[in-house]
Amino acid sequence: MRIDCCHCGPRGNEEFVYLGDATLERPPADPAAPLDEEARTRWHDYVYLRDNPAGPHRELWQHVSGCRAWLVVTRDTRTHAILKVESARDVALARAVFGS
Amino acid sequence: MRYSLLSLISQALKGNTGWKPVWREAELKPAYDVIIVGGGGHGLATAFYLAKVHGITNVAVLEKGWLGGGNVGRNTTIIRSNYLLPGNTPFYEWSMKLWEGLEQDLNYNAMVSQRGVLNLYHSDAQRDAYARRGNAMRLNGVDAELLDRELVRAMVPYLDFDNARFPIQGGLLQRRGGTVRHDAVAWGYARGADQRGVDLIQNCEVTGIRVEGGRIVGVDTAKGFVRAGKVGLACAGNSSRVAALAGLRLPIESHVLQAFVSEGVKPLVHQVITFGAGHFYISQSDKGGLVFGGDIDGYNSYAWRGNLPTIEDVCESGMALMPMIGRLRLLRSWGGLMDMSMDGSPIIDRTPIEGLYLNAGWCYGGFKATPASGWCFAHTIARNEPHALNAAFRLDRFATGHLIDEKGVGAQPNLH
Repeated sequence: MRIDCCHCGPRGNEEFVYLGDATLERPPADPAAPLDEEARTRWHDYVYLRDNPAGPHRELWQHVSGCRAWLVVTRDTRTHAILKVESARDVALARAVFGS
Repeated sequence: MRYSLLSLISQALKGNTGWKPVWREAELKPAYDVIIVGGGGHGLATAFYLAKVHGITNVAVLEKGWLGGGNVGRNTTIIRSNYLLPGNTPFYEWSMKLWEGLEQDLNYNAMVSQRGVLNLYHSDAQRDAYARRGNAMRLNGVDAELLDRELVRAMVPYLDFDNARFPIQGGLLQRRGGTVRHDAVAWGYARGADQRGVDLIQNCEVTGIRVEGGRIVGVDTAKGFVRAGKVGLACAGNSSRVAALAGLRLPIESHVLQAFVSEGVKPLVHQVITFGAGHFYISQSDKGGLVFGGDIDGYNSYAWRGNLPTIEDVCESGMALMPMIGRLRLLRSWGGLMDMSMDGSPIIDRTPIEGLYLNAGWCYGGFKATPASGWCFAHTIARNEPHALNAAFRLDRFATGHLIDEKGVGAQPNLH
């Protein structure tokens, strides 16, 4: 499996480490907000539950043995074919500006 | 047909022409008391113990491929009960006890071989950790012996004791651990379940789970709708996909684990040996091949195969432990799908849907658990409540904070 890093070009997957699902949305960490049932459920779902799809999966990889940038890779979990590689920074900025 | 020395001799005299198929080709009935989804080791064991222990025989096991075609046919065949944490130790020890009586129980030769499992340690800190683990095991009535370097050397003199980076200081030995012929486990349970009236339906994928008013009513399959009083899911590797049919989202990621076998050589490795400084475990099959494995690849996968960097990593660990295997040729490598749970421990529990039960999250330790998993899952389904042995393997433990994290690495499935 080779990942086409947006900064370094195609590299073997041994240069990268895997974090996991890139579509999870972290609940707002507002210390003043009450940790009620709804907040607990949201945090539980964020930390522990996964869609775990068989098919295209958006996931976070870090190019630790290269540019050290975080990437959002769209990869088919049935074939390991890599469909798209984006900079995680760009994805996060787009989400902040346009919403997810 | 009951297998015995007599049946063996009489069949030999008949030129082996009288052997019967080991199980029936059952027809799918329109309704069952219990349907087990997944005809692997755990599913078949569940069906067997439902019939044997609880007298529930109107049961079907639905398998999308062939019986025993998943992880029960793809593992490195190791059995052990050297666990540390309270929720785990009694469960895995019960599994070991069931392994010890398995062949008599099933009247089937599963080649259970208690050749010992030796976990090596390479530092003072690791020795202390193993001493603690061994003590926890002995407090739970499990056998464990802490060996020093010379005792290990007497047992396995060919290891690289003076490795500059990871010198071997000793090991934790569980003599009752060992290996089992993995396919025979699936076949033995299938035969035992079939003899008690369980229908084993192959090539019958479950495509839908029907729920009405929060209660299970049946499953849609490749062969049509089947009504069921209770449904148990035992399809590790694909648990998330099958549970999603019932609208459940699980604390599980599917990962690929690779395993390896070398060309056959004369008897060499008489135990199961694990390397403590990397992740590497090795034993020798009765055909002579060295069977070994290491870490999972580390990314979500349903591909049934892994990538080369992991193969290289596993072989490097093997070379650090026993340099002589560098002269051996690798015969085969293959991959299996692991239900990696969020704390590295399994789930055997009811679900929020009445009548739907879940057996999942086995990470890459499911094979050794097969008998106890089936036994406990059968109990959970039959009585609609968990047995004390699987009471800790709850689905809601992630919400309540009662995690069972043997490695202590947190909610990061690829690190367990």
